[in-house]
Amino acid sequence: MPSRTVARPPKTADAPADATAGALVLAPGEVAAGRADAMPRRREGPAKLTGAAKYTDDLVFPGAWYGITIRSTEPHARLVAIEPDPAMDWSKVVLVTAADIPGENIVSLISDDQPVLVPIGGEIQHVAEPVALLAAADRETLRRLKGHVKLVTEPLPPVFDSEASDHVFAHYEIATGDLQAGFADAHIVVEGEYRVGHQEQLYIEGQAMIAVPGEDGGVIIHGSLQCPYYVHKALKRALAITSVQARVIQEETGGGFGGKEEYPSMLALHAALLALKSRRTVRMIYDRHEDIAATTKRHPAIVRHRTGVTRDGRLVAQDIEVIMDGGAYSTLTPVVLSRGALHAGGPYRCPNVRIRARATRTNTPPNGAFRGFGAPQTEFAAEIQLSRVAERLGLSPAEVRARNVYRLGDTTPTGQVLRESVAAEEVLQLAVDTSGFERLRDETAKELGQRRGSGTIPEGLLRTSAARTATGVGIALAWHGAGFTGSGEVHLASVVAVELTGEGRIEILVAATEMGQGTKTIFPQLVAAELGVPQDVVDLAIPDTAHVPDSGPTVASRTAMVVGGLCIQAARRLKAEVEARHSGVPFHDAFRDDARDHGATRIEQAFEPYPGVEFDDATYRGDAYPAFGWAAAVATVEVDLDTAEVIVGDVLAVDDVGKVIHRVMCEGQVEGGTLQAVGYATIEEIKLDAGRYLNDRLATYLIPTSLDAPQIRTILVEAPFSGAPHGAKGVGELPMDVGAPAVVAAIHDAVGVWITELPATPERILAALGARDGVAAA
Amino acid sequence: MSGFRFLVNGAPAEVDVPGMRRLLDVLREDLGLTGTKEGCGEGECGACSVLLDGQVVDSCLVPICQVEGRIVRTVEGLSLAARERGSLDALQEAFLETGGAQCGICTPGMLMAARAYLDCGGTADDAAIREAIAGNLCRCTGYTKIVEAIAMVATPIQ
Repeated sequence: MPSRTVARPPKTADAPADATAGALVLAPGEVAAGRADAMPRRREGPAKLTGAAKYTDDLVFPGAWYGITIRSTEPHARLVAIEPDPAMDWSKVVLVTAADIPGENIVSLISDDQPVLVPIGGEIQHVAEPVALLAAADRETLRRLKGHVKLVTEPLPPVFDSEASDHVFAHYEIATGDLQAGFADAHIVVEGEYRVGHQEQLYIEGQAMIAVPGEDGGVIIHGSLQCPYYVHKALKRALAITSVQARVIQEETGGGFGGKEEYPSMLALHAALLALKSRRTVRMIYDRHEDIAATTKRHPAIVRHRTGVTRDGRLVAQDIEVIMDGGAYSTLTPVVLSRGALHAGGPYRCPNVRIRARATRTNTPPNGAFRGFGAPQTEFAAEIQLSRVAERLGLSPAEVRARNVYRLGDTTPTGQVLRESVAAEEVLQLAVDTSGFERLRDETAKELGQRRGSGTIPEGLLRTSAARTATGVGIALAWHGAGFTGSGEVHLASVVAVELTGEGRIEILVAATEMGQGTKTIFPQLVAAELGVPQDVVDLAIPDTAHVPDSGPTVASRTAMVVGGLCIQAARRLKAEVEARHSGVPFHDAFRDDARDHGATRIEQAFEPYPGVEFDDATYRGDAYPAFGWAAAVATVEVDLDTAEVIVGDVLAVDDVGKVIHRVMCEGQVEGGTLQAVGYATIEEIKLDAGRYLNDRLATYLIPTSLDAPQIRTILVEAPFSGAPHGAKGVGELPMDVGAPAVVAAIHDAVGVWITELPATPERILAALGARDGVAAA
Repeated sequence: MSGFRFLVNGAPAEVDVPGMRRLLDVLREDLGLTGTKEGCGEGECGACSVLLDGQVVDSCLVPICQVEGRIVRTVEGLSLAARERGSLDALQEAFLETGGAQCGICTPGMLMAARAYLDCGGTADDAAIREAIAGNLCRCTGYTKIVEAIAMVATPIQ
């Protein structure tokens, strides 16, 4: 698909915003000013394309055993006993229970509520909860014995309704202005309730971990994971081993999307416990069924809006309630909820806002990180709500957005003044103009008018003799806070190292992982550009906790922005130091001599707070994020008028990422995120019965194929963030926020009903049409 | 138990395994060809796609007894000639150029499906390419850059 990049000089509050001034539109393939010299090819690409790349399950460890997990089948119960069937031969296997855990029986994360294995006397909190582990030399033995470990339990009453649950994992209230006064000023008040369900990350490589017992009593983990130091911390705590005894190596990772942020800590502990007890290398590779049944999903949410607007379409009051279903343990829920709450109003100016958010426990498998991290849920609600407001006002959805969108100098509900890098208006305008949104909308309105009442149902909008499908176009706008929320980056205190080695090469040492998004390629690219050396003299160290410093987790779209920024800073200092030793001879001419004469030079760079960025975690006031990325999407759909099947034909995605480091990979993030959002909008759904996922296989949990995928066209906008040396704000999550509301708005445009619950399945569309037309759905 | 003989990437192979053992496991575990990946084990994702007598099959659904005397081609044999030169073939180059591989786990299967399409004279037509790879799931790319890569090396539309 054709694409282009829009670059512009940084703007600050001192230089008033002008959405188009200085905008530079580049043809595909052109390089923006100030960009790294050349766009490199994916570093590990040839290995991936020839089958030579080794993912965890591709690694051969002679004599390794296989490990499996015995899981609960009840949503809530007390574990009384674990009874291996005495009629079976257990001599060839190792059985691990909670009693074998040398340290604390905790998967270390935010709260300490999740056990590695449910202990005897403890409570089973969800179906598929790990209770015991088995390892053996061959899989056949395990298959035979798996069903013969009896779990003796006493059932306890389960809770499935997140709204009724009184176990609150986290709650926040964000308020600004005077809500009552705001509603008093409003000419129109619109209310709405929105619901979104679970979504599975569905990385194509399932969770995989191999544990090798160390000679020092520790363990070496090889795995598919996003955050080596999360796993490292979890190992130390539950196994009661030292930093040196715990070693974590990330292998080639076949997709993560948040799904390999926290769960790998659990799986690594399971593999490690089996390895330590059996004194053998143990492989734990989940098959797809186990992966879907047991690992984290995107949090379901209920979001309620009450919105006050003036006649001319200005937002004057937003009262928003968010309830997220955390599942059985807190995992990352407090921070997912926080991000969801902070984004809940959408990228719009409103003087009087109250956002109340809570996340509760239910007896379902824990929910966790997934691209967007709470924001896709709340921004879906915010966008559909605003489009319904536009409908009530008789305004175009693009127009109502243009009238309220954040501009430079505006203040968010946490009191954050948007001092720079605000491209909301620009991405909106580009999306509207490039797609011809208003013209498309006129055409679909004409079609709808012709269809109205021409079918068998008076005033009905469905089937007519003339048309089999209806076309619709929809728009959505979003913001996405760059990097960790609030003081998160300060607490993380990430460290990177850049080293000029004794051999005259440059080595980058970070814990940031490659999982397809391009870390291995862009880090050498950034450092080479900073040092002025060819990219092929720059190496990126394998993420191995024995060798790389803790540069933080590979999450929150923070890798290019935060860790990449630190790499540039380190390279800058290395350059200065070497050039100082060589009387100002440029680094690229001096570094080989310097390495020979002076030996290695290693520069460590620690995160320093972005200037002027402050947040109070206690009051939720201040700069929730150092900067925001901005995204718009225009989707066109065709809705089948007999079956209500939705085909998403095109999506135009406009994303402001601050700085495009590698155009192809950046577009790849936008396109991939857009399709995940289209799946979320239309087909991806988990059905539950008594706390168990019913469709826990790839045959029943569907993700989009190439035939379901729309034509995706990407426009990249660059509104740089001054706190990052390169201006990058991250890209991974941004497209996930806009795709679903754009698709659902397009469905409304096609058939005239608002679908307020995701996914917008044919069943839901037919039901909504039936309700509207006063007939029961077929 | 009896031996099964077949050709893999041009070389003869013989394995002495149960007849119902999956071709996927024979390739990965008995022959060490780990380029072929398992994504779901039930024929939904296409990550384990290989060519069997030139046809794309999910190797997780093919028992080895059905492979006796037949020709198997995997990602490791996609470009034997190119590999000898230490380079990639035109299709692999196109994937590298357009960004058709991200995490890479679907890539071997995707390449095999694309190869079968191209070997049948498939054209650069967008819809035809999408049809040809509809059995291969990718969660990273949104398919855009994969389709673009295949179109780059396909027969131009007349």
